[in-house]
Amino acid sequence: MLGLNKKDTKFLLIVICLTLATPFLMQPFAEGTALAQFNGGYPDLMQRVAIFGIFAIGFNILFGLTGYLSFGHAAFLGVGSYSAVWMFKLLSMNIIPGIILAMIMSGLFALLIGYISLRRSGIYFSILTLAFAQMSYNLAYSVLTPITNGETGLQVRPTDVRLLDGANAPDYPNLFGWTMSTSYKWELGAHQFTFNVGFYVCAVIAIAAFYLSLRIFRSPFGLMLRAVKSNQQRMSYTGLNPKPYTLAAFVISGMYAGLAGGLLASMDPLAGAERMQWTVGGEVVVMTILGGAGTLLGPVLGAGAIKYLENIFSKINESVLHSWFSFLPDGLEDAVVWLFARFTGDGWHLTLGLLFMAVVIFLPGGLMEGGARIRAKFGRRGDIDETGAATKTPAE
Amino acid sequence: MSILEVQNVNKSFGGLKALQNVNLKVEEGTIHAIIGPNGAGKSTLLNCFVGKLIPDTGSVMFNGQSLLGKKPYEINQMGVSRVFQTPEIFGDLSVFENVMIPCFAKRDGAFRMHAIERVEREVDIREAAEQMLIDVDMIDKKHMIASSLSRGDKRRLEMAMCLSQNPQLLLLDEPTAGMARADTNNTIELLARIQDRRHITMAIIEHDMHVVFSLAQKISVLAQGTVIVEDLPENIKGHPKVKEAYLGEAAE
Repeated sequence: MLGLNKKDTKFLLIVICLTLATPFLMQPFAEGTALAQFNGGYPDLMQRVAIFGIFAIGFNILFGLTGYLSFGHAAFLGVGSYSAVWMFKLLSMNIIPGIILAMIMSGLFALLIGYISLRRSGIYFSILTLAFAQMSYNLAYSVLTPITNGETGLQVRPTDVRLLDGANAPDYPNLFGWTMSTSYKWELGAHQFTFNVGFYVCAVIAIAAFYLSLRIFRSPFGLMLRAVKSNQQRMSYTGLNPKPYTLAAFVISGMYAGLAGGLLASMDPLAGAERMQWTVGGEVVVMTILGGAGTLLGPVLGAGAIKYLENIFSKINESVLHSWFSFLPDGLEDAVVWLFARFTGDGWHLTLGLLFMAVVIFLPGGLMEGGARIRAKFGRRGDIDETGAATKTPAE
Repeated sequence: MSILEVQNVNKSFGGLKALQNVNLKVEEGTIHAIIGPNGAGKSTLLNCFVGKLIPDTGSVMFNGQSLLGKKPYEINQMGVSRVFQTPEIFGDLSVFENVMIPCFAKRDGAFRMHAIERVEREVDIREAAEQMLIDVDMIDKKHMIASSLSRGDKRRLEMAMCLSQNPQLLLLDEPTAGMARADTNNTIELLARIQDRRHITMAIIEHDMHVVFSLAQKISVLAQGTVIVEDLPENIKGHPKVKEAYLGEAAE
């Protein structure tokens, strides 16, 4: 089906089911119970999981297949967001033109940055992309204020032109009149599930993005990208020019990032320079490695895990901790709360850092390798290949 | 007719003259060995053929076309394949994928955006790669990851990769270095068989005289950056200049 063999079709169907069932999967606990704060099934978080999933899938096409580690992909995310918001201002609050322009602009931008950065490989390439990202951030923050609205960020206003929108068109991002923020709630006993239009738009696009990356992984083009990672010298003495292959991978992954940026703006119609900061580009690197670079599903899992934990951990502030440890004697309670507070709330990044270190040291293949190890332990052969190219070496 | 013609090639690295007025002709359909003591400039010469180095002066013509200034992948697309001294293979990929890649390169050229096709469905490429693996007796290792092969098998795989492109000229840089005698004999037998069946022209750099005299139809002896003798194998043995080159002044 769809140009996939049986195994891949099954794999894709599982991914589709999991994606569409996210509102249930991320909402496992009943309302009103102590565990309800670990529920993640609210629209904002689910949208972010899907969007950063797309970002990571695209990043993985570059990093997972060719091994070129870019720290500059936040720039494309930002370009996507700005392009989309401009389309909302000029043409229509319908998200389609915004998303299309986001992909075109980020693609062109990636072509330029990729053409220059790919003259070098390894650490020099990473530094070049980092420099470009920081340059883009500063341009967006100050120099290009007429286009980006500087530190305030670009926003939609009632006075915008919006050439294609009629008088009755919604004032919020929508898909042919269906606004992204619309949610339908479903109560089932003590459970409450939220079905959000924006999330399902992101989910459908994420599935399409995943399908495309699956096809790329299985194509001769994907094989050539893996050859780039494995041995460029052999590649050129075999009559293949590695440059256009890596550049194509760079542009494709840049367009994925632009699509993610356009979707971020579609869910919440503003774009700020902070989206281009290198930490955002670093986050997608962490997501990809955490999930398993070079595997198909890994980056999506990594994106989901990080976004979920980020939301949950950030919510656990000192008063929540106090309520948890109230059974302890006073002095001890304060000490324990102080200790845990370093790792939760604002201290979430410390936890992320430790988690990342643990994965890189003990599980270099990421969550996917962890899954394969568990399966191997329970008698079934650990079949990493099912979910993409098996990589035995840790990600560089 | 000569397929490769090298004329007056000079190459220096700083003050070191690695190649001085080298002249060489490789006849089509023959196996031509280039021998010489260490540091004679053999590998430098080979690097000038494949675009890794550009000679300071002189010309390198392949089938009447100059190879100078061409990129390695352009030279390969013209029909020149090279086997390296230490095997250069795609270590992370399977043996089968290793052989498919050169087949794709031969069919699709230096770059093609074949992202929608499926490797699974490329029947002609898969069959060609399989046939090549049968030819070099490696079909049972088809699904192994290339980096886990033994050293001899890596060499054999690299040869299979080059041969799968059906090159007009195959350059081999010490194809048996570090091999056990049995493996060396296997390689000799393999190369002889291929030459017999496909008439691929080969230029071999080799130290092992057993290999050289088993295979070569013509031998060039390189010493201190110049070709001192170019002759048939039977005339090379015992040639005074060759003895001198290998043993130094003491031979006189």
